[in-house]
Amino acid sequence: MSALVETIELTKHFAMGRGRTVHAVDGVSLAIAEREVVGLVGESGSGKSTFGRTLVGLHAKTAGEVRFAGEALPSSYGPADFRRHAANMQMIFQDPYSSLNPRMTVGEIIGEGLRLAGGQGRAQIRAAVADWLARVGLEPQHASRYPHEFSGGQRQRVGIARALILKPRFVVCDEPISALDVSVQAQIVRLLGDLKASLGLTLLFIAHDLSMVRYVSDRMAVMYLGSLVEIGTADDVYFRPKHPYTEILIGSNPEPNPRTERRRVAVAVTGEIPSPVNIGAGCRFASRCPKVMEVCRRVTPRLEPLADGGARRVACHLYTSPAAISGST
Amino acid sequence: MTADAKAAPVLDVRDLHVEFTTHGGVVKAVRGASFSVAAGKTLAIVGESGCGKSVSVQSIMGLIPMPPGRITGGAALLHGTDIVRRKIVDGDDVRGNRIGMIFQDPMSSLNPTMKIGDQIAETLEVHRGYSRAKARARAVELLTQVQIPEAEERSQQYPFAFSGGMLQRAMIAMAIACEPSVLIADEPTTALDVTIQAQILDLLAELQRKNGMAIVLITHDLAVVARMADEVAVMYAGEIVERGAVEDVFDQPAHPYTLGLRGALPSRSTERAGLNPIEGAPPDLFAPPTGCGYFARCAHAMRVCEQHHPQQLPVAAGHAARCWLHAPDAPRTHPAIQHRVRR
Repeated sequence: MSALVETIELTKHFAMGRGRTVHAVDGVSLAIAEREVVGLVGESGSGKSTFGRTLVGLHAKTAGEVRFAGEALPSSYGPADFRRHAANMQMIFQDPYSSLNPRMTVGEIIGEGLRLAGGQGRAQIRAAVADWLARVGLEPQHASRYPHEFSGGQRQRVGIARALILKPRFVVCDEPISALDVSVQAQIVRLLGDLKASLGLTLLFIAHDLSMVRYVSDRMAVMYLGSLVEIGTADDVYFRPKHPYTEILIGSNPEPNPRTERRRVAVAVTGEIPSPVNIGAGCRFASRCPKVMEVCRRVTPRLEPLADGGARRVACHLYTSPAAISGST
Repeated sequence: MTADAKAAPVLDVRDLHVEFTTHGGVVKAVRGASFSVAAGKTLAIVGESGCGKSVSVQSIMGLIPMPPGRITGGAALLHGTDIVRRKIVDGDDVRGNRIGMIFQDPMSSLNPTMKIGDQIAETLEVHRGYSRAKARARAVELLTQVQIPEAEERSQQYPFAFSGGMLQRAMIAMAIACEPSVLIADEPTTALDVTIQAQILDLLAELQRKNGMAIVLITHDLAVVARMADEVAVMYAGEIVERGAVEDVFDQPAHPYTLGLRGALPSRSTERAGLNPIEGAPPDLFAPPTGCGYFARCAHAMRVCEQHHPQQLPVAAGHAARCWLHAPDAPRTHPAIQHRVRR
């Protein structure tokens, strides 16, 4: 299975001055196959949004590589790179309020990508905008209105039309439903699902809502403090988590069922996600891990396939052989 | 109201009406909400943005600016005394005293220029007449009680030095400082990560076990309701459309809106094609519909629903819904609700 999008040891650090560095994303390797939906979950500060933004070129890469259809993309984008790659990779943002320019009409917002790409006249762009308004469930006359005239769900539809009008093959959805009401969330998820099926899209779906990510994704990846700690099929990761952090994350996620919630044993992890500034060696979860071992504080675990031969990979010494650990020191 | 009357309610809200006068007209934000909660129990008020759930409790607490807000009717009885029209009972303000409140965004609810410990101490100085030193010592005890490590040192810090989860713990410490009989928690975990949410919910449940306070939990999250609530009130377009014990409302949802919410949410058993969004949007509360507020979106709407406002109708003991499907002369074999109506 060849990957449509692949990151190889993708790293993004932010310098904070005085020699301090935020390790937002640290060596993340992830391959996404054509037409696959990969869900990326993690707490605030885990680096999942920075990963998505770096992947589409909104941040310059500190190290590592992004490949699209086999071609390595530049490590930082200039205007020409954006124009060239925007048609392949697009992004849908979390906040439908701040991600739309309030001084542009919805028609201008949706059509701007086509305008910048060039080669199409105004009439053609207007027709494409009208077509996309209809495809995302809005009305043609909405093109002349401004974002403030729309509800959150309608704005997210505008954000989707803006991202898809260039016919990208790959879309990063960064918390596309987090700011929306429950009934509207399902509307947007259904719309994304329909568009994905009709356009053959490949998606990276970043979210913190674990139930929804399981529902929309083929595979689920779990991120903690800038690193991937586990990846596997969505049902495997959700129902049979292996990494202690995944266990706690899934175990903390309440379900809309009072009977199972009553029986729930408290699995709340103590403490909070540490600061990603100047991280040392060892497993990043060691300070909070209920199953921590001596080796975890010394040796950084690598994302390795489980011994069962399945598709799951876990970065945890509970699953690495002693030989592998001594070999990597 | 067919509330389960095993214990006399601590807080009993009856037929509350709240309006806001705006340039665009008068918004009828709360249109006759009634709910109650008993000591040691948790009532969850669940609904989407704009349904009036926050306005209901904020108006009771006197936290909505008037004007433009106006309470046009109803009562909120705290131990039998109406606090809608007066906040001073037995010579002291009930707010922050007999009713504590925590909010969604602790960062903007705390004073950024005051040390955390002093903010908690202030509550005790105002309501309990504690000396500064005694109040500060008690503040440290309270921070310990909400499981803030190194409470002594932390009490001397300002809000910016706290994480979101820590701030919510500090808010809880402040809210319970005067041992309130009711704690109102308005979306207390919405801004928090799921692991921190679990910690805060566990903390609230533990505090309730210890001190027997009643909790009114305002949330949009049915999973949080399932985890925390004894009783549920589902709110839509300014009205409580269904209310009952949490198991009854989840197992036998009686109002089509409750059914719709459940269907729009993935659960452990939801298969790929299993999500059913509620199409459309809530009605305009500048001009609320004459009939049922959910009529335009309802898959089970009948002719009566368009023109006649549904009454609160009993579904089972302690379980009621504002829906004509439960009227005695409604079609009894309605496809979606038939197995749910128990008579």
